[in-house]
Amino acid sequence: MLYTLLCYNKEDVVWSWSKEEDEAVMSRLSVVHERLVKEGKLGPSLRLLPTTAATTLRGPGVVIDGPFAETKEQLLGFYVIDVENLDAALAVAKELSEANPTSTYEIRPIALYVPETRPNAPTQMLKMY
Amino acid sequence: MSDLAWINGALIAARPQAVGALLRYFRDMDLAEEAYQDACLRALKSWPEKGPPRDPTAWLILVGRNAALDGVRKKAKNTALPEDDKISDLDDVEAPLVERLDGSHYRDDVLRLLFICCHPELPATQQIALALRIVSGLTVAQIARAFLVSEAAMEQRITRAKQKIAKAEVPFETPGPVERAERLASVAAMIYLLFNEGYSAASDPARAPLTDEAIRLARLLLRLFQTEPEIMGLTALMLLQQARLPARFDTNGEAILLEDQDRSRWDPKLVSEGLALLDKAMRHNRPGPYQVQAAIAAIHARAATAEETDWAGIEGLYLALERMQPSPVITLNRAVAVAKLHGPAAALELIAPLEEQLAGYFHFFGARGAFLLQLGRDGEARQSFDRAIALANSPAEAAHIRRHLDRLMAEKVS
Repeated sequence: MLYTLLCYNKEDVVWSWSKEEDEAVMSRLSVVHERLVKEGKLGPSLRLLPTTAATTLRGPGVVIDGPFAETKEQLLGFYVIDVENLDAALAVAKELSEANPTSTYEIRPIALYVPETRPNAPTQMLKMY
Repeated sequence: MSDLAWINGALIAARPQAVGALLRYFRDMDLAEEAYQDACLRALKSWPEKGPPRDPTAWLILVGRNAALDGVRKKAKNTALPEDDKISDLDDVEAPLVERLDGSHYRDDVLRLLFICCHPELPATQQIALALRIVSGLTVAQIARAFLVSEAAMEQRITRAKQKIAKAEVPFETPGPVERAERLASVAAMIYLLFNEGYSAASDPARAPLTDEAIRLARLLLRLFQTEPEIMGLTALMLLQQARLPARFDTNGEAILLEDQDRSRWDPKLVSEGLALLDKAMRHNRPGPYQVQAAIAAIHARAATAEETDWAGIEGLYLALERMQPSPVITLNRAVAVAKLHGPAAALELIAPLEEQLAGYFHFFGARGAFLLQLGRDGEARQSFDRAIALANSPAEAAHIRRHLDRLMAEKVS
């Protein structure tokens, strides 16, 4: 079974960490990461930039500055896309939104991206349900 | 991370909101600061035992307010009742605190707190010192170190600044849109001053926290005012400049020119955050000076090597900036782009009329010397460099020009 682990924390606190504190946390995490890589269990992982860098597309036409802030809706999935800039990312989100108009898409730049590390990672789509 | 480090981080992050809200309750800076201090002491005692509250900021405000009210009541037994306006919000003590925190008060609290530090009668350095003390919660000793003055001198400076703002009439009602925009502009300017204070002497570790703090305050402001393109621009500008820090100084602490920096050492996380914010800002089609400066920094950030820099783009952006806020310093910066595009003679021609206005400006003579040197007018170049050295603000600046002179001498000999 594939799982995604979503990390939540208080952003204003985390982004107030000093470089040393941040590095200390990252190095503790990297111990776990490395073990998972060795065990062939770690798929792509990433760290997001703060929500101040986010833009939200609500329905195909409404662009809002900032993150998705509603609490009545839940996170249902995500994409990682590789495009030139925010306009290009919004164009992709708009296409998705046209196909799925009730969903909202938060466009959040990625700070750190670690690609797939599993040696026998599937190269085709896996349907888990 | 230990509990204590986590608590410390939470207290730092909560401070602007909490002190801002307490100031609104008590309308007295000293009382608000004391209340917050009190709440922090209680947090240090209670959180390790009971675990941190779900909303540390709300907890600190509530506990701080109650502690201060207790203090006021105790004093009241011995002395006359406090003036009404000092406890003006007593009526809604029971109002649900979370609701108040989510409301627009919250962002205006933080903005007011920052704005108070921007009092126009305070010189820039005092505005910054006050913001670091009140908003960021740095100790007087830390601020004194950053400003290279004694602790006693800084203490006195902050006390005087506080006295000045205590006398100033700071409106406590919710600001209207025009007033809010004005406050935001003053606060943005103060944050950028704070950043530059740290940036100009970033090789000195005591000053490094200033740039981090400026970026933290800008991110805070951006979270509260998410649709302001100039706040996005300001944040992007600082992030893109800060990204270069690891490459800005050699092992002797001497400045390395932008074009000589090892770009692989630029911090990619800060670069991408800066570029992302600039992208967001540009969508608004409301350009402003911070956005234009960020766009210039972005051109440098996007160039993989100095040779690949889009100088035509930079010249255009400086021209736009000159139109927004005419200044000989901006023209001087444009001249650097002009030199790259059209050669040093064109650049010299552009800066010739600026000499009178920039007669005391280090960078003017540094740039002119460099242009003259490129043209082979060594004698004049030397004169210009000598004047630059006389005007240098820091040993690093002087050393940088001396290297130019040494090169000149070496070439002469060979």
